[in-house]
Amino acid sequence: MSLFELPILPTLGAAAAGGCASGGCASGGCGTGGCGTPSAERTSENSRREFLKTATTLTLGAMSLTLLPGVTAGDDMLPLPPPGGEGHVPAAKPMYGFLIDTTKCIGAGKCLTACRVENSVPDGQSRTWVERYVHYKDGRVEVDLVPETGYAGSGEVQPAAEDVLQAYFVPKLCNQCVDAPCNQVCPVHASIKSPEGIELVDTERCIGCGYCVQACPYGIRFMNHDTGVADKCNWCYHRVMRNEQPACVEACPTGARVFGRIDDPDSEISKRLATVPTNVLKQHLGTLPLTRYVGLTDEVT
Amino acid sequence: MEFHALHDAPFIFPNDAHPAWSIMIVLYPYITGMVAGAFVVSTMYHVFHREALRPVAHLAVVTSLCLGACATLPLLLHLHQPLRAFNVVATPSPTSAMAGFGFIYSFYMLVLLVDVWLIFRPAIVERAATATGAWRGVYRALALGVVEITPRAAEIDRRLVYALSVIGIPAACVLHGYVGFLFGAIKANPWWSTSMMPVIFLTSAIVSGIAVLTLLYLFLCQRSDIEPDAECVRSLSRLLWMFLLLAVVFEAIDILHVAYEREEEWHVIRALLSTKLRFSYLTLQVVIGSILPLLLLPLPAFSGRLGAGFRHSIAGVCAVLVLVQVAAMRWNVVVGGQLFSKSFRGFVEYPVDWFGREGLLAAAVVLAMPMVLLWGAMQILPVWPPSPESESGAKS
Repeated sequence: MSLFELPILPTLGAAAAGGCASGGCASGGCGTGGCGTPSAERTSENSRREFLKTATTLTLGAMSLTLLPGVTAGDDMLPLPPPGGEGHVPAAKPMYGFLIDTTKCIGAGKCLTACRVENSVPDGQSRTWVERYVHYKDGRVEVDLVPETGYAGSGEVQPAAEDVLQAYFVPKLCNQCVDAPCNQVCPVHASIKSPEGIELVDTERCIGCGYCVQACPYGIRFMNHDTGVADKCNWCYHRVMRNEQPACVEACPTGARVFGRIDDPDSEISKRLATVPTNVLKQHLGTLPLTRYVGLTDEVT
Repeated sequence: MEFHALHDAPFIFPNDAHPAWSIMIVLYPYITGMVAGAFVVSTMYHVFHREALRPVAHLAVVTSLCLGACATLPLLLHLHQPLRAFNVVATPSPTSAMAGFGFIYSFYMLVLLVDVWLIFRPAIVERAATATGAWRGVYRALALGVVEITPRAAEIDRRLVYALSVIGIPAACVLHGYVGFLFGAIKANPWWSTSMMPVIFLTSAIVSGIAVLTLLYLFLCQRSDIEPDAECVRSLSRLLWMFLLLAVVFEAIDILHVAYEREEEWHVIRALLSTKLRFSYLTLQVVIGSILPLLLLPLPAFSGRLGAGFRHSIAGVCAVLVLVQVAAMRWNVVVGGQLFSKSFRGFVEYPVDWFGREGLLAAAVVLAMPMVLLWGAMQILPVWPPSPESESGAKS
């Protein structure tokens, strides 16, 4: 008899038949000391097998349920209705894109305030920021953050113009990667992609493990100090669903941030993407960002 | 990916200023490593019949269970939404490595729990019959109602312990290899992103398990005025030396490979090792935690001339050094990986708090908890001192 053919807890059977051993063997053909006879053992063995079979089936069944799309999180909030502007023929699945023109950004900081107010972003954390790159004539490259008030109101000492070779501003926001690492690593379906391709956080489901924060190569995600869940730029999804522009786009005084439908050839972003060479951040990582840049240099990470 | 912090003005992304993972995430792999390592030691006796390890075989499996019972504590303390922790098993995402945690951990703990129960069943049954008062109820409950034992039942228990130990070996490897995978699969972080990470975590886990058992055994012997079994200490030292050598070689291969290739991530790693991690990596992990015990361990492991007391003292010192090495390794991976910004232009400060949910005090409590549980287990089960009778039911 192999190991797996043996009763798992024979003493349980013996204990159950304890009364029998102590003189109660009159029935069942147990006979004398028959508690250990094959027939008695087989009965308890069979019931044990049945129990194990049922328990295993139920456990595996319950576990497999958690993998069904209908049971997993976030599905109930999707899909949201596509925007339907005047003269606009909404596609079944509109796709959006974001274009940053670094040659137009002047570091005004208006977008930063607009985002913070619109999305109630806590102080010290950012859904979007603007980096200033200063290339000096001696070969140094310095990078700093544009203050929300802009440099004019910050009181910071600015580099002397005669020392500077070139300077430019690079706004950063969620890249809305098609193959998003943050989405991949989320253990509980709290990172979800909308039908429009926008990466969202389900704040009711997020457990606050921070794995997505580690996985984002662009430093966009953060653990919101106020809410205790993961937070990130979502291109102002709530505004987009109302057929409005993201807050930062609306606040930008120079049109450095362009947002729109990339599945509509007549949209401004589609026209720009068709005529101007663009690039993405950290292309080598293969995340396929939807946020594209005009005028990126190798210095920008 | 040139790291600019050393020669230009540093710049860090605004959200990188607050590292997302705290000292609790350092403790998690530290504790699960010891869980897996201690179990591997017990299987050396139960599966591979390494007779010299008989005195620590039961201690190993109970230590593993006590450590395992506390393995989720640091995670719960870290989670910003601990009340939603069950989401990991209720609605797991199949694309996430972390989602496997609940299933892997539960399976392993189940195997361990049944294993411990079967190993100690003869003792539990005996005490259920002989104990008086409330203890009788406790043992009857632990016996799950089975208060008799037959030679045939003992034989089946023995076979089941063997089978569970065999199943437990890959389960323990998966439990900790998976923790390494969590880090190794993060392409955003050049310090973590290496396929060697699971292997490094696994070998260092076994090392930490052997070290903690060596230390526990020597401590308990001293406390109970028992002369440590010379062959047991020798065997533990040999295992420790062998697995430490493997762990160090794997860690060295990983670093040397990146350093020699000099691809872009090396600039980040070099800057990290030469500044922020200079002490915790080079001094603690490499010199004090690796080279020193590798040089000292051959004394208790292979020398036959030295006195037993001296050899055991060296074995104890080496166990402490190795535990420091593994703790430093966990720190260097978890915290080290968050000490540079993803801008690769500057370092981040890691604030260590004394108090609070993720402070040093809480970490000390988490580390002490398994030992408290072990003490409790020793009051209930005949874990210590090792007796030949208690082993007979489990050895195959």
